[in-house]
Amino acid sequence: MFNTLQDLMLHNKSITYVLMGVVLICFVGFWHFLTDKEERKRRY
Amino acid sequence: MSTENAKSGSLFTPWNIVAGLILAAGIVVTIMRFTMGLGSVTNLTDNNPWGIWIGFDLLCGVALAAGGYTTSAACYIFGFKRFHGAVRPAILTAFLGYAMVVFALNYDVGRPWRLVYPIFYQQGTTSILFEVGLCVFIYLTVLFLEYLPAALEWKRGFDKYRGILVKMTMGLTILGVILSTLHQSSLGALYLIAPSKLHPLWYTAYLPVMFFMSSMFAGLSMVIFEGTISHKHFHHKMDAEYNGGYEDLQLAFAKAAAWIMAGYLAMKIFGLSMDNRWQYLGTGYGVWWLVEVFGFVAMPCYCYAVAYRDRNLKLARIAAPWTVLGIVLNRFNISLVAFNWQLPSVDRYFPSFGEIVISLFVVTIGVLIFRFIVTRMPIFYVHPAYKDSSH
Repeated sequence: MFNTLQDLMLHNKSITYVLMGVVLICFVGFWHFLTDKEERKRRY
Repeated sequence: MSTENAKSGSLFTPWNIVAGLILAAGIVVTIMRFTMGLGSVTNLTDNNPWGIWIGFDLLCGVALAAGGYTTSAACYIFGFKRFHGAVRPAILTAFLGYAMVVFALNYDVGRPWRLVYPIFYQQGTTSILFEVGLCVFIYLTVLFLEYLPAALEWKRGFDKYRGILVKMTMGLTILGVILSTLHQSSLGALYLIAPSKLHPLWYTAYLPVMFFMSSMFAGLSMVIFEGTISHKHFHHKMDAEYNGGYEDLQLAFAKAAAWIMAGYLAMKIFGLSMDNRWQYLGTGYGVWWLVEVFGFVAMPCYCYAVAYRDRNLKLARIAAPWTVLGIVLNRFNISLVAFNWQLPSVDRYFPSFGEIVISLFVVTIGVLIFRFIVTRMPIFYVHPAYKDSSH
């Protein structure tokens, strides 16, 4: 239950920031999933 | 409408008969619309002034024509020259897409001779619609100029003008990307004015960003989809350069689409979270939202990713029309299904037969002009006289 707009915004932003962290980690995993079969260009 | 039939000279093929019937019905409805008004052929009301002529012809038309700026940006700005063969078909699709959008707009707005008024006579500079109109007007001109070298090569004798246009390619591409960024997002921004009418699951402050992001993977998917169909029907028109980079292009676009769709999916969830709309997910509209987001974004995104990983072209070609369908569904949801959602069902909008006929009429004209051009002009091949040209 939110008594003020401040409470609501704080709640929404808190959840969104946590989700953003989760999504960022998922993006790294997704990028690896997408590209791990690509032929690597050897630079040595 | 197959080229085999065109080559054999027979006009009465099944596709041509269907196209002919649609054109005949479209002409009848056109006459009715312009002589008897909107009410004679549409179900539009004061509650629902925008129907499928906006929701499908305009919103979907603009989003699905985004292949032009994505492909030319990939080739000329990001330097993927191996995709050069795909630029002309993508530009042509985009040019015809936008031309059909403007053509269809005449049906909705009426009085075609006044279509230029907002640009040249009375500019409503505080309106987002004005920005959309201005961008579409300029971008259609840009696309025409980008397409023009192909027409000039076909007619021959205009090498001087062709040379000038070819030199303008980079400038036109940059202008095209800027204009697309502006009006693709503005189409989403149009709905920001209606928070009380659009369902909370679809209404978010990120609508402009979502429209722009979705236009990118819509354009990429349309290039894959259009390429697949063109390969089936116009294979004899394609040269080694086009065919050589074709599979590589489809997989590269699948990778790009998967990545952008993942970002779009994240934006959808952030929009839900920032506005605290979770409670609506348990309703009927919530189920429909989940169908759109997971059935037509997350799943084709996964298919694209697997297609790229495993170099599975077949899967990419399945994911492309799936994504296109998802874009159509999203635009329909925002402009029709979730719009005026709190009205009683008797006041809700459903397109009339006349509106559907005109939408089919517009698409058919676009397909026929595409077919006319690609069977005559150097779209899928480099003209022998211009083999050394970089355009």
